[in-house]
Amino acid sequence: MLVPLLAVLTAVVVGGVVIVAVGGNPFFAYIGLIQGSFGSAKALSETAVWATPYIFAGLAVALAFKGGLFNIGAEGQLAFGAVTAALIGYALPDWLGTDLPAIIHIPLAVGLGALAGALWAAIPGALKAYTGGHEVINTIMMNYIALNLTSFLLNGPMRDPNPIDLSAQTPEIALSARIPPLFEGLRFHWGFILALVVAFLVYILIWKTTLGFEIRTVGSNPDAAQYAGINVKRTIVISMALSGLLAGMAGTIEVTALNYRHELGFSIGYGFDAIAIALLGKTHPLGVVLAAILFGAMRNGATRMQFLTQIPVDVISVIQALILLFVAADAIIRYIYRFKTRGERVVLTRGWGG
Amino acid sequence: MTEQPIVLEAKGITKNFPGVLANDQVDFDLRKGEIHALLGENGAGKTTLMNILYGLYKPDSGEIKVNGQPVVIHSPKDSIEAGIGMVHQHFMLVPVFTVAENIMLGDETTRYGVLDQKAVVRRVKELSKQYSLEIDPNAIVGQLPVGVQQRVEIIKALYRNAQILILDEPTAVLTPQEADDLFVIMRELTRRGVSIIFITHKLKEVLAIADRITVMRAGRVVGTVDPKDTNEQKLAAMMVGREVILKVEKKPAQPGKQVLEVEGLSVHDWRGLETVRGVTFQVRAGEILGIAGVQGNGQTELVETLTGLRPSAGGKIRFSGQDMTGKSPRLLTETGMAHIPEDRQRHGLVLSYPVADNLVLNTYYKQPFGVRGIMQPAAIDANARKLIQDFDIRTPSPYVNVGKLSGGNQQKVIVARELSHEINLLIANQPTRGLDVGSIEYIHQEIVAMRDRGLGVLLVSAELDEIMALSDRIAVMYRGQIVVTVDANKVTREQLGLWMAGAHPEE
Ligand SMILES: Nc1ncnc2c1ncn2[C@@H]1O[C@H](COP(=O)(O)OP(=O)(O)OP(=O)(O)O)[C@@H](O)[C@H]1O
Ligand SMILES: [Mg+2]
Repeated sequence: MLVPLLAVLTAVVVGGVVIVAVGGNPFFAYIGLIQGSFGSAKALSETAVWATPYIFAGLAVALAFKGGLFNIGAEGQLAFGAVTAALIGYALPDWLGTDLPAIIHIPLAVGLGALAGALWAAIPGALKAYTGGHEVINTIMMNYIALNLTSFLLNGPMRDPNPIDLSAQTPEIALSARIPPLFEGLRFHWGFILALVVAFLVYILIWKTTLGFEIRTVGSNPDAAQYAGINVKRTIVISMALSGLLAGMAGTIEVTALNYRHELGFSIGYGFDAIAIALLGKTHPLGVVLAAILFGAMRNGATRMQFLTQIPVDVISVIQALILLFVAADAIIRYIYRFKTRGERVVLTRGWGG
Repeated sequence: MTEQPIVLEAKGITKNFPGVLANDQVDFDLRKGEIHALLGENGAGKTTLMNILYGLYKPDSGEIKVNGQPVVIHSPKDSIEAGIGMVHQHFMLVPVFTVAENIMLGDETTRYGVLDQKAVVRRVKELSKQYSLEIDPNAIVGQLPVGVQQRVEIIKALYRNAQILILDEPTAVLTPQEADDLFVIMRELTRRGVSIIFITHKLKEVLAIADRITVMRAGRVVGTVDPKDTNEQKLAAMMVGREVILKVEKKPAQPGKQVLEVEGLSVHDWRGLETVRGVTFQVRAGEILGIAGVQGNGQTELVETLTGLRPSAGGKIRFSGQDMTGKSPRLLTETGMAHIPEDRQRHGLVLSYPVADNLVLNTYYKQPFGVRGIMQPAAIDANARKLIQDFDIRTPSPYVNVGKLSGGNQQKVIVARELSHEINLLIANQPTRGLDVGSIEYIHQEIVAMRDRGLGVLLVSAELDEIMALSDRIAVMYRGQIVVTVDANKVTREQLGLWMAGAHPEE
């Protein structure tokens, strides 16, 4: 609990030094950052909008972690989910030759998009379970396939035929597939609420259900899981599929609640931010939500910061990278703050003798 | 023996863990060139005391002196500097490295910034000659038997100039032969001035090898005795605080129908070698079949296959009247098979889970612990409290991670779990490994009582005493085959020993 907080704090301090180095005033910069992210109703709304996909994608990575799997492929799963949701969103009424009520169209778009993400992740999951192929390699491969496939679709079959649009993007989705904003005039949408609900559900799944027990057991000690009668292979596939489902949700919600279309390149970077968020949140759903809001706030406030101080937004990426660095290498944090580990750290040497 | 100077002295060591006073004003000293055995119940605080001496834990209070000088030990580095070395039960060796590489790990000898392998190999050879510790510095550690790996750990400590050696239950995983070899090494070391603290639960070993014996109970030192003035009974009573029945009382078996029938079973190990070769035997309800044999003769693979953890390469397994060849552990458990696995930390437990969860590790999904996919914390809690009580598991609460329990108490968690559900066959592989005499007594009585209620038991143990004490029939396994099966009361220890070593039984 303490380590992530101190990691953020340290990153902010070191980030301040970086700001000074590029000729800015760190206090103004941070004030700008806070104003831009929490200073007004609009700022808050935008922070939530940024945080929404982060929550879903962070949960995706965190859930996989619990199952002992390193899902680097959230980005590809997200893209695949987004493309699917967009397709269902704009094309389904045409295929059916009739308009759909929102109550059916929205769940279909969101659900099928999420399923597409699940499928995309289940493939490396199955490769891991049944052939031993490492999920890190295979999810990265699946990322390339997803991104190139999306690129092909958005430049070809799914490209918006409207000649005014030069960028590679799908047509806008039907009105009936759009998740409405909560307040008039703000982009804040139901997707954020859904993200919080899903975070809670993930918490229940991991800690309160037998499936969660199976996922955690396989993640903690696969040999003991096998001994306990758990179907280890199946559980690995399920863990990956659920992880992909959540990543797919991230993309789906962006399409149905925010952009109303899928645009090439929008998914880039989410996969890695998601890993950072999952780590910063200590792979706990509540931690992930908080970390996602922090990341959302930084992304959102960065513009205002740049406006106030002319400091390039890239500084924010530096700070985020620093946070990740400090979280991942928590020995640094422990050393800086003299956490006397007092030898009470995990003793690797316990055995029969206990 | 003339009074030798005291090389290591701990005074008033106290250590609290949340909810447990693991060491309470412990005084302990070690003389030059002696073997000082440390005995005590599971959870008495032996390992904790050693970890403090080795710098892994910091005591709440107390003082440590080495050669009469007070020393401050904050980390293993400090204790190594003070000449203390420790061999933990689970070795800290990198299996793919050579012996020499493992020995220099953490203390690399370099020349011009490059590892100086040759110097290490030379030094290891010197050491092995000096202390008569046979070892090949270029062997790959993972391919060495356990006993030899342990020797590597000892040399590793000597390489760092350890004059004081802590051995925490070194014999628990050794075959009797390997244990004897270790004792020879230990004597040789003490002759050369090394002082040894030796932890074990085996009273025979203590009496045979120790110069002094200190007994701990519930964090305190109960007393220090000379092996000449004591015996197994007295030691056991000192440890447990009451009389312990070292001999198992049991009535003749009343075998019923067959619960387990194994026919021509063959199993391959991970290298694809046939380690179980056409084994045939039966276990009947109400009897205990003991499988005797030197470790590494296929027992591990046999048990793993019987319990569904490893595929078979041929043959048949019938359990409860059904063909169960190649069936999953889940189905076997549901049919009434219980399994106490050999490697408790690998198969038997999830160390990062609380005791309560480990007690339902293979029943979590069933009534009353899981209802329609939802875990039932109340039922899991009640189960944990009952088993902790019944099996005298020493833990501050059901929600402490099992990895924090003492080694013996971890084993009790498994035994409690496996004996607590509805079963008709128990397969127990080294069920009392690492347990104190009191717990062994309890578990032995429990196994016999369950046999009398009609349970079939397949007992695999490297302890000939345990096999002799519990079994109704004994099968001897040698090189993957069962060479002979005999009535337990028609055979002597010596005869079994010969068969285990490969002598042909001729009748
Ligand atoms: N890291 C820890 N955190 C909390 N409690 C601990 C920790 N290590 C040991 N304990 C507790 O301290 C007590 C003493 O444990 P210790 O491992 O020293 O026992 P032991 O005498 O070595 O027993 P065994 O013979 O079973 O190995 C036990 O009750 C154990 O649960
Ligand atoms: Mg111990």
